[in-house]
Amino acid sequence: MKRAALARIAEAQSRRRPLVAVTRLGDGAQCLVDAETVDGELLLSPPQVAEARSLLSSGRSMPLPGATGLFARAYTPSPRLLIVGAVHIAQVLSRMADAAGFEVVVIDPRGAFASAERFPGIQLTDEWPDEALARLGLDGATALVALSHDPKLDDPALEKALPSDVFYIGALGSRRTHEKRLARLRAAGLDSLLGRIHSPIGLALGGRSPAEIAVAILAEVIQVRYEGERR
Amino acid sequence: MHSDTDSLFETLQQWRAAGKSAALATVVSTWGSSPRPEGSHLAVDEAGHFVGSVSGGCIEGAVIDAAAQVMASGQPQLLEFGVSDEQAWQVGLACGGRVQVFVEPVE
Repeated sequence: MKRAALARIAEAQSRRRPLVAVTRLGDGAQCLVDAETVDGELLLSPPQVAEARSLLSSGRSMPLPGATGLFARAYTPSPRLLIVGAVHIAQVLSRMADAAGFEVVVIDPRGAFASAERFPGIQLTDEWPDEALARLGLDGATALVALSHDPKLDDPALEKALPSDVFYIGALGSRRTHEKRLARLRAAGLDSLLGRIHSPIGLALGGRSPAEIAVAILAEVIQVRYEGERR
Repeated sequence: MHSDTDSLFETLQQWRAAGKSAALATVVSTWGSSPRPEGSHLAVDEAGHFVGSVSGGCIEGAVIDAAAQVMASGQPQLLEFGVSDEQAWQVGLACGGRVQVFVEPVE
């Protein structure tokens, strides 16, 4: 792999842009394919470029269909977990999700909560949730969980996430809290989308401690992420 | 922090920036039950440090050996691992699958 290809794959991943690397297994010649460009010493035919491009969205890596000795490796954005509310559960959940391969961002404008001491090594922002989500972008590889228990923080995040492409939306709170939340979101005109919210949040594991609840949330996020792929 | 693959490419860049040789191994075909899917990566540096995986740990040792040859020669290699009763105790997949692993030098 050429140095330029290595740098470009790393850059595409950090910018959350999909990219496919096609390698000729006979000699290692390579080219990189994205939605607009084809770049590298390996020359592909137009149908081969089209096959490679189809993997940008599916994210599958495989021998390039219709070719012999060409392998296509799809690099797609890593899953991302946006956590609204730098609460106790968020402290544990952020570390677990990081270990499970998620890019994690914790959002809380209350500086006393979202401190580096409470979240060592985790990306934090003190923006308001609607501003943070607008900046971060809500793509199909992103999950959002609202954990703050404060409608001033949770509601704007849910209002942004509900009409977006995120693959998972979860909101912490008792049934009663959730009913009130649904009434507010209905009043905001989001009635048809409210079924997207997972609440009670997380798989029903029966745990009660913040760490146990974090396991239940992360397990549900992972389950939903792969639901589309099950046959 | 983020996904395994993201941090693997960061690690590769750090190794190269520090002047270390490196090789990248990729699972390019699988048959039967194989522990890691096509596209799985293992990165190896000149001292044999490695990140990622191409199996459940069964063939990593052999792939790291091949990576050292690839770094020395500058030529890629295509390796194939299957299982046979005797082989299972050495280099092979106890799960009964077969995999092809492409190992390339990182410039």
